[in-house]
Amino acid sequence: MESVSIGKSVSELHELLVHKDISSAELTKAYIDRIQAVDPDLQAYLTVLEDEAMAQAAEVDQKIAQGEALKPLEGIPMALKDNMCTEGIRTSCASKMLENFVPPYNATVTNRLRAAGTILLGKLNMDEFAMGSSTENSYFTKTRNPWNLECVPGGSSGGSAVAVAGDEAAFTLGSDTGGSIRQPAAFCGVVGMKPTYGAVSRLGLIAFASSLDQIGPFTKTVRDNALVMNAIAGYDALDSTSVPYETPDYTKFLVNDIKGLKIGIPREYFGEGIDPDVAKGIKAGIQTLIDLGAEVAECSLPHTEYAIPAYYLIATAEASSNLARYDGVRYGYRADSNDVLGMFKKTRAEGFGQEVKRRIMLGTYALSSGYYDAYYLKAQKVRTLIKQDFDKAFEKFDVLLSPTAPTPAFKFGEKSADPLAMYLSDITTVPINLAGIPAISIPAGFVNGLPIGMQLMGKAFGEGALYRVAYTFEQNTNYHSLKPNLSGEVLTCGSR
Amino acid sequence: MVVANKYEMVCGLEVHVELQTKTKIFCSCTTEFGGEQNTHVCPVCLGMPGALPVLNREVVNYAIKAGLALNCEIAEFSKFDRKNYFYPDLSKNYQTSQFDLPICGKGGLEIEVDGEKKWIGITRAHMEEDAGKLVHSGDTITTSNESSVDYNRAGVPLLEIVSEPDMRSIPEVLAYLEKLVQILEYTEVSDCRLEQGSVRFDINVSLRPMGATTLGTRTETKNLNSFSSVRRCMEYEVARQARVLDAGEKVVQETRTWDEGQGVTLTLRSKEEAHDYRYFPEPDLAPLVIDREWVERIRKTLPELPEARRARLQALGLSAYDAGVITQAKALSDFFDAALSSYGDAKTLANWVMGDVTRLLNTNQCSVVDSPISATQLAELLGLIDKGTISGKIAKSVLEDMYSTGKDAGVIVKEKGLAQISDEGALIGIIDDVISANPQSVEDFRAGKDRAIGFLVGQIMKATKGQANPGLVNKLLKEKLS
Repeated sequence: MESVSIGKSVSELHELLVHKDISSAELTKAYIDRIQAVDPDLQAYLTVLEDEAMAQAAEVDQKIAQGEALKPLEGIPMALKDNMCTEGIRTSCASKMLENFVPPYNATVTNRLRAAGTILLGKLNMDEFAMGSSTENSYFTKTRNPWNLECVPGGSSGGSAVAVAGDEAAFTLGSDTGGSIRQPAAFCGVVGMKPTYGAVSRLGLIAFASSLDQIGPFTKTVRDNALVMNAIAGYDALDSTSVPYETPDYTKFLVNDIKGLKIGIPREYFGEGIDPDVAKGIKAGIQTLIDLGAEVAECSLPHTEYAIPAYYLIATAEASSNLARYDGVRYGYRADSNDVLGMFKKTRAEGFGQEVKRRIMLGTYALSSGYYDAYYLKAQKVRTLIKQDFDKAFEKFDVLLSPTAPTPAFKFGEKSADPLAMYLSDITTVPINLAGIPAISIPAGFVNGLPIGMQLMGKAFGEGALYRVAYTFEQNTNYHSLKPNLSGEVLTCGSR
Repeated sequence: MVVANKYEMVCGLEVHVELQTKTKIFCSCTTEFGGEQNTHVCPVCLGMPGALPVLNREVVNYAIKAGLALNCEIAEFSKFDRKNYFYPDLSKNYQTSQFDLPICGKGGLEIEVDGEKKWIGITRAHMEEDAGKLVHSGDTITTSNESSVDYNRAGVPLLEIVSEPDMRSIPEVLAYLEKLVQILEYTEVSDCRLEQGSVRFDINVSLRPMGATTLGTRTETKNLNSFSSVRRCMEYEVARQARVLDAGEKVVQETRTWDEGQGVTLTLRSKEEAHDYRYFPEPDLAPLVIDREWVERIRKTLPELPEARRARLQALGLSAYDAGVITQAKALSDFFDAALSSYGDAKTLANWVMGDVTRLLNTNQCSVVDSPISATQLAELLGLIDKGTISGKIAKSVLEDMYSTGKDAGVIVKEKGLAQISDEGALIGIIDDVISANPQSVEDFRAGKDRAIGFLVGQIMKATKGQANPGLVNKLLKEKLS
């Protein structure tokens, strides 16, 4: 029974649980078996919580036995990126610095998903401190793309994307500072939403860049995504940047109809560096939307070219300060030294990986006296201009559309030697974080057997419009139902 | 102040005051002083990964209140910034503070030195979090084998009040500090317990040739925590700078530290070694918008400040000196006002408060707040004197009894039978006895020696254990002898 369940959407699994076709324990065990079978290849998980998950599932089954109504996510096995705090469960940020760090408290999303009755299967691999676009910067292991094990899964939420694509969890959460949900979602052929800044609480999300970080769901379907958003979005008084906004029921936007909806195509997102095959695939997707009745026109976001430098100044500046607390004094890795300053230096030299150190240095420099105005302040001004670009575009359009990433997944090592090339591949995603608006990546085809993603961008708190377009596209295409061919899956999953 | 006959001293101060809110500035941990190490802590003030600050609105209320009492402009738009530097007592290795847009703008206060009044400008005041405390196994961090950190104080709200370089002498500096602390105490934004480090002073001082208009090079001496250290430190530092200048050398702009034991200031770091704090806006907190209504709401909670109280007491007939003594500390002034509400003679009350009451409290090392004699009890006692129930002299001993027993004056007078004898019939007999027992004195009086009556009164008082109504005794005695 487990075998047929694996690979289904959250809403399908919910029906199975409600009709007692499967118990939460059986479902959870099926996922644990699946993880044991495929994760040696995929390396999505840093921590698997079999006993805890089974215990949680037993509680849900008891509720079912007592005839209690099941909430939409109740009994559904999921997993979290390892930068979201879980009380009593190691939260490592994929860093040597926090290799043995066990938080004394839960992130708000952890609490909300627990309250929703979900089963926590484990914690997922990522680029160290969420810094990277390939998950190659993890201190622990390299997560592989299920569509081609020689390719990266994207990053920084690589583990979160792979766990969903590889059926190792029914859904997962990731975090997105400059594309870290959308790009891996695109690379792995799943749905990934970066909500509006302030829509989902950041409390307990280990900060990379506070003004850009946002948590969001990875799912197989658009409906699942809306269901998870229903559980995690909403005001949190303990996060001062959380917006007191009444969250709608996101599923009510799931209508198979986009007639008359105005979609803008920013020409800057199809410029230099965009793989022609990716552009071709996305253009085919645009045609599908036109055929479905959308009104599509080209538009311009003129300051896009400045987004990358502005982003890498702001993000690294904030990171240099956010990561200052890792000094070996209170928690985490501590190097031996005879004096305090020596301990600080050695701890940070040994505890952080190369990319993290690079960004701390960049950010420290950008904030230095004498450079602040030229770098940080200027970057903030560019940020305002980028925001204004979007404001202007949204006067005319309901949604903007672009490729999620310039290329499909690349091979391991292909870009890691050239950080600048890696940074430039974020061109289609970082402007969205700078503007604080929501964007979703949905499966939109394949290039050389690798998935590509279509990115839909909306107004602040306009997630609904994104879900509507995404849902309509999904209902009229079959990309989301295609699955990678993984060795090992036969052992646990006969449903292919 | 003229130093070495040729230099003028110029001084400005930064004062860090712990605001006495119940909870810390960005979390709900208690601000209580002391406690076992690292027990008043949570993920926020420990700077745990993923923790986020939430601004305690009460801190803003206190900052506005202090700002208003110090005649500062209250900013409609203010924000927090991160001040980045590494130190083990700083849990995030940045301090959340306010940089270019502080909550309080320009203000100031008036001081008086040797009868001369002077306005000392305040540049700004801003909110920030306190750091934890290092506990060394040895004397200092460098000489200790081991140091531990106590984060109980981390996140306690501070208001940093920065003055203009308006002070020209050490007495002016001390007058400014006393006045500042007095106002902060009166507004109850801080308990101002200097011995617990709840107020700390940084001194910026420089010298310049008499008559010069540009400022000399200054030094900043950090972290003093008593008025006497401020005085000693300034005496030392001013003399040191004068020696440097006398020798034809230049004062080095630097941060210094005060060594209480040796009584000297020492270099902490030079200008070249100064921290680059890399301030930038705190992205975890929204900017603070304070509408005018909020400010007016706080203004209404401002108590009568010392100056206004002093004026009121002077209008009631107290001397400037007495009014100053009474209003020096809020607790004493509050005690005085409470007694005044049920005992109208301000002058008499002041004499008792400044005299016997203060003496009793001092002898017993007791603060006014903890006084076993309440203000209303004191008022009752003084009322008994006015009514003639007891004499002033008896009242002094009743006060002592009140102090040790906590009982009301009336109760003590009754229990001990201390009420004045104002019954003519009862006194006449005693007076007759005294007259017949002292014929010589009677004769002396009749011979015109007025002083002799004093002796006779004394004898009568002695016979009545001091309880005879002295006025009545005088009257009756004179009638008898005339």
